Amino acid sequence: MRLTVKLFAYFRDNRFKEKEAEYPEDSTVADIIRSLGIDLGEVGVTMINSRHCNLDQVPVEGDQLAIFPAIGGG
Amino acid sequence: MADKIFRVNMSDLSAKVEAVPEAWMGLGGRGLTSTIVAAEVKPTCHALGKHNKLVFAPGLLSGTAAANSGRLSCGAKSPLTGTIKEANAGGTSAQMLAKLGVKALIIEGLPADESKWYGLHVDENGVTIQEESEVIGMGNFAVVQTLNKRLGDKVGVITIGPAGEMKMTAANISVKDPDNHLRSNGRGGLGAVMGSKKIKFISVAPTDRKVAIAEPEAFKTAGRAFAKALVDNPINKALAQYGTNVLVNIINEAGGLPTKNFTSGQFAGHEAISGETMYDTIVARDGKPRHNCHQGCVIQCSQIYNDLKGQYKTSGFEYESIWALGADCCVDNLDHIAEADNIMDDLGIDSIEIGVAFGVAMEAGVLKFGDGAEVCRILKEEIGKGTPLGRIIGNGAGSVGLAFGVTRVPVVKNQAIPAYDPRAIKGIGITYATSTQGADHTMGYTIATNILGVGGKVDPLSKEGQVELSRNLQIATAAIDSTGMCLFIAFAALDDPACLPALIDMINARFGIKLTADDVTSLGMSILKTERAFNLAAGFTNEDDRLPEFFQDEAIAPHNVVWDISDEALDSFWNF
Repeated sequence: MRLTVKLFAYFRDNRFKEKEAEYPEDSTVADIIRSLGIDLGEVGVTMINSRHCNLDQVPVEGDQLAIFPAIGGG
Repeated sequence: MADKIFRVNMSDLSAKVEAVPEAWMGLGGRGLTSTIVAAEVKPTCHALGKHNKLVFAPGLLSGTAAANSGRLSCGAKSPLTGTIKEANAGGTSAQMLAKLGVKALIIEGLPADESKWYGLHVDENGVTIQEESEVIGMGNFAVVQTLNKRLGDKVGVITIGPAGEMKMTAANISVKDPDNHLRSNGRGGLGAVMGSKKIKFISVAPTDRKVAIAEPEAFKTAGRAFAKALVDNPINKALAQYGTNVLVNIINEAGGLPTKNFTSGQFAGHEAISGETMYDTIVARDGKPRHNCHQGCVIQCSQIYNDLKGQYKTSGFEYESIWALGADCCVDNLDHIAEADNIMDDLGIDSIEIGVAFGVAMEAGVLKFGDGAEVCRILKEEIGKGTPLGRIIGNGAGSVGLAFGVTRVPVVKNQAIPAYDPRAIKGIGITYATSTQGADHTMGYTIATNILGVGGKVDPLSKEGQVELSRNLQIATAAIDSTGMCLFIAFAALDDPACLPALIDMINARFGIKLTADDVTSLGMSILKTERAFNLAAGFTNEDDRLPEFFQDEAIAPHNVVWDISDEALDSFWNF
């Protein structure tokens, strides 16, 4: 399936800001994060199409997956 | 020596030092300023008249070695909202006042002769009042420089800029930080109250005195555990690197970034104003990505942002300020926003209120959306000089809406709604509506749980659980605001079981008392109820705890959602 993956904050270092790529069918959000070499323990928030999602969720063709580290502020 | 109340009467230009009443002993920061305002200020008084009082109070732990404890609370009846108000800021003064033994500084009355201005000086003996001419009309940066020369570099400075002198209701009170720049008691027009009392600045004498600690060893042990909880918290990495502006991209992604005067939840120019872009810009121009606003801060969310030539432009460049002039006014140029931030620091005016006011002015056609250069011109030439247009904008978003007949005016109790759209992040809408102080995200920051996954998870688009979330956070915040702690300790307090007990242990060791977690919750509840009672006596009702109607009528992209929390649900907030 083709997905658009967006990375934020220091997850962009030596990777990318936004990239469209092919992923195996049935890949979970966690699978995709691992494939990018990001430590799952550092992940704070994930969203599919601007809605929060779980790590075991499976995106579908055309989805946008956003991956953030732990973030605070305000 | 025991802490004292320092009281100044501007009507007869007298000052005295009083013992702390028994009922105020266990209070500090917001808990103390709100208690004093509620006890001594007539709720129906004119906020800029002689019956209002301006109260400063360091927190319970300010002046100690506790990490992140350097916040200074300032309270009064607000000329912007008509409600009770507390705003707190970093800088050097909270710790200095606490070391001088100042439990609270209460300023009352008005001078009879309106042509004269004054400066106050606080030292361990009390307050001296002196007529002032040299710094009148000066911007805040020049006030700090002038007072440093006059009184020495280590002097603490609390000051108002031209906006406060002109009693604009968006005027703030600025506090000198460790680098001679400024932190602000930002919201609610407290600078206008100080201006109404004809006080341009308060200088605070440096001292070698130390805050008394009842149980020093217990304090040290708790202090170490507390600092460790803050340092170990996973949010710190991104917060220190990108500042609070790390939020632009995540709030935009969630569809809650109010854009073009609250007509969309996403901004096409979000990358240009994001924390990521800001960090790259700071590094490229030899600025500092990390910086502390007060001594002892271990989070360091502030930064030094330089201009193209590598010269200082601004610091404490916050997400909400950048959002207001950025997404809400569609300015996708960080340098214009930084220039505006610097001018607002100098004028002494709230960067949230003014950014939102500009968004309303843009909708009215006063200037074009996206015109950052014109924003800077109006700030300098109109607000700075007090022209009629400058005063309309300088009195905030509600004032601009009235003057130009705009109906989409994002305010609650006349205070501008900040950087999180309540239609797409419903918990924060509860906070805006029910806060005792008008729309203010810091009163109960549900973004933590609605968006950031801190303190659990509550779906931002669902109606479920939002009132309870906002209530719990507003209660906790009122308590934290009384300790002198930066509110960002809440991220550790919500998720690290070691954090809150260590904080309570520090308070107990400082005063030799035995507070429990339940006592702290009770304190938060009691502060909220004290503030609410003041507002009710001032004439507010449940009908004031509402969002503007356009939030119910106009859906925003990308989620196509409206504000759909019932009035009954909002009113149930106060069921505690």
